Amino acid sequence: MNQDVKTTIREFIVENFLFGDTSVVFDDDDSLMENGILDSTGILELVAFLEKEYGIRIANEEILPENMDTLNNLHRFLEKKMKLEQAS
Amino acid sequence: MCGIAGIYPFHTSADSHHLKTTLEHMLATLYHRGPDEGGMLLDKNFAMGMTRLSIIDLSGGQQPISNEQGDMWVVFNGEIFNFVELRTLLQKAGHRFSTHTDTEVIIHAYEEFGLNFVDHLNGQFAIAIWDSRARQLILARDRVGIRPLFYTEHNGSMYFASEMKALATANRFPLEIDFRGLSQIFTFWVNLPPRTIFRDIHELPPGHLMTVSDKGIAQYPYWNYRFPTDGIFPIRSRKHARTILREQLLEATRLRLRADVPVGAYLSGGLDSSLISAIVKQYFNDKLETFSLAFHNPHYDERPYQEQMAKHLGTRHHVVEINENDIAELFPMAVWHAEKPLLRTAPAPLFALSRLVREHHIKVVLTGEGADEIFAGYNIFKEDKIRRFWAKAPESEWRPMVLAKLYPYILQEKGSVSPFWKQFFRRHLTETDHPFYSHLLRWENGMHFSRFLAPDARIALTLEDHIEELWNLIPYEYSRWHPLNKAQFLEAALFMNGYLLSSQGDRMMMGNSVEGRFPYLDHRLIDFAAQLHPDLKLHGLTGKFILRQAFPELLPPEILNRPKQPYRAPIASVFLSQHTPEIIRELLQEDALKRFGYFNPAAVARLTQKLLQNPVPSARDEMAITFIVSLQILHWQFIEHFQPAMTIDMNKFKIVQMNHKEETNAVF
Repeated sequence: MNQDVKTTIREFIVENFLFGDTSVVFDDDDSLMENGILDSTGILELVAFLEKEYGIRIANEEILPENMDTLNNLHRFLEKKMKLEQAS
Repeated sequence: MCGIAGIYPFHTSADSHHLKTTLEHMLATLYHRGPDEGGMLLDKNFAMGMTRLSIIDLSGGQQPISNEQGDMWVVFNGEIFNFVELRTLLQKAGHRFSTHTDTEVIIHAYEEFGLNFVDHLNGQFAIAIWDSRARQLILARDRVGIRPLFYTEHNGSMYFASEMKALATANRFPLEIDFRGLSQIFTFWVNLPPRTIFRDIHELPPGHLMTVSDKGIAQYPYWNYRFPTDGIFPIRSRKHARTILREQLLEATRLRLRADVPVGAYLSGGLDSSLISAIVKQYFNDKLETFSLAFHNPHYDERPYQEQMAKHLGTRHHVVEINENDIAELFPMAVWHAEKPLLRTAPAPLFALSRLVREHHIKVVLTGEGADEIFAGYNIFKEDKIRRFWAKAPESEWRPMVLAKLYPYILQEKGSVSPFWKQFFRRHLTETDHPFYSHLLRWENGMHFSRFLAPDARIALTLEDHIEELWNLIPYEYSRWHPLNKAQFLEAALFMNGYLLSSQGDRMMMGNSVEGRFPYLDHRLIDFAAQLHPDLKLHGLTGKFILRQAFPELLPPEILNRPKQPYRAPIASVFLSQHTPEIIRELLQEDALKRFGYFNPAAVARLTQKLLQNPVPSARDEMAITFIVSLQILHWQFIEHFQPAMTIDMNKFKIVQMNHKEETNAVF
């Protein structure tokens, strides 16, 4: 896990939800929902992407704002998730 | 039902031959609105005319029609349903009639009451009166916007017409997209009258009169939705409300059956249209023909309910089944008639439905339009109520769960609201004093669409900027209305006028020369419903409560208690399949996108790619692709390849040439 996780997810978000619009500036701590970048269907698309990209399974109860609403949250969540997967 | 158009040159001495030719071109584009016959009034420095769909007084109703002296003339599109009663009233006042039309009633009412004539009309109309004594043109539009009317000023003249394409034809002046209007459509899903999607073309707002003379143009509101202030509702008793509603709806329906041709009805399978058909069958016409739209895709289909209702009523029932390819084929035609970008494909199937009506030689249909607005049937009213309830205890875990009654998909497996949905509905939760609380969440979603725009088509407008323009439409006492009434007003003044009655209503029907009539939109019924205590409309979470109570004997319980099913049609599968028509594919190509200049081709490519890969596309992505396709079509049809019909058969025209020297009017 490294800084690239955030870059990868950021690229996915810009590509998939902003359709390449780079004029929308969002920081690693900005809420994706409140800034209108993700809608609720978008969350499911994001989950599908993360599962495929990182080979993990995300349970419904893990789909929470504290895990997914900012790039930093996503980073932390994935880090934890990958460690668990390695341990098991 | 008809199309009307006219030209008023200010201060200039217009060449009469040129005026006539221009008017002829304008009327040619409105042929579909009135294929039966037509007429023109030509005065010195003024011309107006119409194309007619004959419904009342088939042989004697040709327009223009004048008063006794022949110095005031009218052309009009629509119906005055209380013309029988008005005629009697006006005859008593000494007016002499030479036809049996509703049209003639308008001109005598204007003579009698001046500009207040419009208060006496119960109908759906766009009217043009030429008062030659005063050299004044009067335009009037019905209260809620059932019939369209647009105008523009160009090269020192004022032009008006039922459709914008007729204005573009006059003098061949080129249309341009108004970027502010474009941004408005993202936000409110409609334009705020008088603004339209085309620069310098204006819509006469519903409930408004307009005068045009050498002094200039003036507009006067004569009607608006009005609700009781400060919670003082005159009608609180269920029994009382039910009695009046029964009387009023019967009366509104009875008046709307006045025609010298057969009147049919749409049957969607929902409560509103089923009730209208049942009333007609039970009280007025045992030989009713009904028409329904069925979808090949079962997800959108309501056929079982429609069939059940048709069987229950014993009507002669007709169905047209639509699939994705049909929608794709019809979509360009739907845009041509709607004359604005669309966020849904749903107008296209309605074009097929009116074609079915026409194929069965019916010219007039009743529909259930308006019931959801005036009796509060939409989810947005319930959502507003629930969020206000939740806002009183924002930390409550179970209050937001009530929202799942409207949107079951927001629940997680374990039964609580998905945290992301909760976050969505929490935005502005406690701002319950916001004047537009009910609609704020939807309006904020507009940002998404601007991401597809090319830099030159973007204008930096915030929601606040748009709301500032919206305030022009808001009645003075709005702030003192009940929250439900505020939300009802917004739905009726915005979405019903700008989309349901136009893009899904008048335009899709008139495209096949079919007239729609809407009993729920009788203004007396609207005024009555406004007096009702909110609990009689939205009772708990049951919408249209009093309407369900009013005629229980006429409907099977499954229809009576059916939850509202929004009318929708498929989208992504329509625009991005191998069967998608060539023209739509071409308009989505990079060179067309670049040439027209509205969209960023890379963003559009990403969107289509995403939609192709995603079996369950999100609603906002589907709206975005519909918007992109429809604006591309609009530009192609109205700007790059504008080719309206320019000739019309004048043999079926009544041409009135006013001749002031001899003070008589020669009628050819």
